[in-house]
Amino acid sequence: MGEWPLYEVFVRSKRGLNHVHVGSLHAADDEAALRNARDVYTRRNEGVSIWVVRSDAITASSPDEKDSLFDPSGDKVYRHPTFYTIPGSVPHL
Amino acid sequence: MPGQADHQAHFDEVIARHDRIEPRDWMPDAYRRTLVRQIAQHAHSEIIGMQPEGNWISRAPSLRRKAILLAKVQDEAGHGLYLYSAAETLGVSRDDLVAMLLSGKQKYSSIFNYPTLSYADVGTIGWLVDGAAICNQVPLCRTSYGPYGRAMIRICKEESFHQRQGYELLMTMMRGTPEQRDMVQESVNRFWWPSLMMFGPPDESSPNTERSMAWGIKRNSNDDLRQKFVDMTVPQAQALGVSLPDPSLTWNADRGQHDFGQPDWDELFAVIRGDGPCNTQRLAHRRRAHEDGAWVREAASAFAAQEEPGHG
Amino acid sequence: MNDDLFGGDSSQWAFGTDFEDPLAGVDTTMVDDVVADDLALYCLGLADDALIMSQRLSEWCSRAPEMEDDVALANLALDLLGQARLLLARAAAASPSVVPVLPEGSPVPPEDALAFFRSAGQFRNVRLAEVPGGDFAHVIVRLLLFSVARRELLERLRGSRDQVLAAVAARGVKEVSYHRDWSARWFLVLARGTGESRRRLISALDELWPYQAELVRCGAVDLALADAGVGVDPTTYAGAVDAVLGEVFATSGVERPSRGPLAGVGGRLGRDGVHTEALSLLLAEMQVVARAHPRGRW
Ligand SMILES: [Fe+2]
Ligand SMILES: [Fe+2]
Repeated sequence: MGEWPLYEVFVRSKRGLNHVHVGSLHAADDEAALRNARDVYTRRNEGVSIWVVRSDAITASSPDEKDSLFDPSGDKVYRHPTFYTIPGSVPHL
Repeated sequence: MPGQADHQAHFDEVIARHDRIEPRDWMPDAYRRTLVRQIAQHAHSEIIGMQPEGNWISRAPSLRRKAILLAKVQDEAGHGLYLYSAAETLGVSRDDLVAMLLSGKQKYSSIFNYPTLSYADVGTIGWLVDGAAICNQVPLCRTSYGPYGRAMIRICKEESFHQRQGYELLMTMMRGTPEQRDMVQESVNRFWWPSLMMFGPPDESSPNTERSMAWGIKRNSNDDLRQKFVDMTVPQAQALGVSLPDPSLTWNADRGQHDFGQPDWDELFAVIRGDGPCNTQRLAHRRRAHEDGAWVREAASAFAAQEEPGHG
Repeated sequence: MNDDLFGGDSSQWAFGTDFEDPLAGVDTTMVDDVVADDLALYCLGLADDALIMSQRLSEWCSRAPEMEDDVALANLALDLLGQARLLLARAAAASPSVVPVLPEGSPVPPEDALAFFRSAGQFRNVRLAEVPGGDFAHVIVRLLLFSVARRELLERLRGSRDQVLAAVAARGVKEVSYHRDWSARWFLVLARGTGESRRRLISALDELWPYQAELVRCGAVDLALADAGVGVDPTTYAGAVDAVLGEVFATSGVERPSRGPLAGVGGRLGRDGVHTEALSLLLAEMQVVARAHPRGRW
């Protein structure tokens, strides 16, 4: 049996803010992923709401759509193709 | 189709403007390999680093200290997890990285191959070892690889609690009994040199430093960081009322920095080779946990497969 | 780059340096028609359950099946440790006579004196909490049995006339509800996962089941405090506990174990200070540093 799949974790740090990507984790299934996300990523009261989504369910754009330098075949190299930049203005992230 | 040279030019330009490389960007193979190695070793260090302090959780002498220590060691598990995730964005799996740790193919920080022999070591590790780690890690928040830098930001925020709790424990113990003060001094004596070794060998014998700095993976040289650490630590030691076990440690007014002695590099290389006081024990502990957990991981996967046949 | 990375609000840290007084801000006035020693003993029972469970859970730190579970187990241990600390402080405030006497001028706070300077016979935890650890199935079964009962207790204790107990219960019920759900989920996963996980689960359940009845047994102290509206009589929630466990067993396809409750010694159980052989060993380790420095400052 293989490794537990990878999940991406999004946390709403307080009411009125968007969910923001905070990191990833491994879990056997969606429910375990949600629990693990609570335990790993909200240990310091960082969140009021959590989303988890399997990393392989995310469709990502090319890093720089306008840039002809990007080679689309490069997509397939990575098991884990996306990480979202955390804006500096989000507190405590 | 753009060619290799165009890719390289684009990559170089991103590095030159101190921007971040992100997972799906083209990057030179050597850059990717260097990052995987560095991030993985860092992740392994966090996970193995749970053990020396974890050793004292069951014996923490007050309920408050027990909670602080458990929360701290728990953080280290989280750090390992964040870093393995960052490495995974480079196309390796956590399983593979863990396998490389367990087989000894990849290393972890040698500091964790030293034993913890008294409760003061919990304080000293927080103060000196986490302190040295912070010196190493704060510049990495600006590393050129995006996921690594973001993991480091999260980690550095938590590390500042680690260092503070360690220093505060030592301060409290220094206000306690004479036996407690002796315990603190003895612990600082043992951990001072290994802490200095955490910055790696001197620059002249650190072959990869230059390239890693050019790529923006590393932001400061080993010797620069070691100097910074010594300058930061000396006044803290004075405030604490402990001495540092280096007779040649003095303030150099001309340089505006401290002069200090060299650690025993032979000892460090012996520890790296696997002959440190705790190398065998640390890896054996990790292997046992991994093997003992295999049936649990399999059970969870089997259960998930029944619940979500669509996911396969 | 976020430049005030290291400044900012320290309240976001799980454990900062500012939780000196465990009962700060809580009304510690005694309810007037309660015997102080009874209240202290009652608090010690609930505190010791949490403390010893926490000690056993924290043994898993750096040993869990996955990193994610390592973090989760530490959270559970931290929750219970927090409950223990408040309850020990309450016991000491209710009746200082229960606190071991330390050398003159010792700075050890009363809750630590209670945790680190009592001997096994003075601990009032249920025996389930102290049984030596086994495999991960053992952790799950123990936590399930424990947290199902503790949740029912805390839910009812929120209405206590003692403000401290009510406050501890109000916070604790949320924590322990999570512990119950977390362990129930793992129970289901292990029951239905693989042949091996099921075999291990059932073996842990068979081992630990005889300790379960003690969680819902009513002693003289429970009864006295329940009458005063300060404590809860466990027999009032025994049925609810049984129903929750029955549901977990049914969902998991596991038969309710048939072994009867573990006998006491001359009728005395954990709450009466009669324990298994494991407790004094656990305490020897837990207390060794504190006892070596009765005047120590930590
Ligand atoms: Fe760390
Ligand atoms: Fe740390």
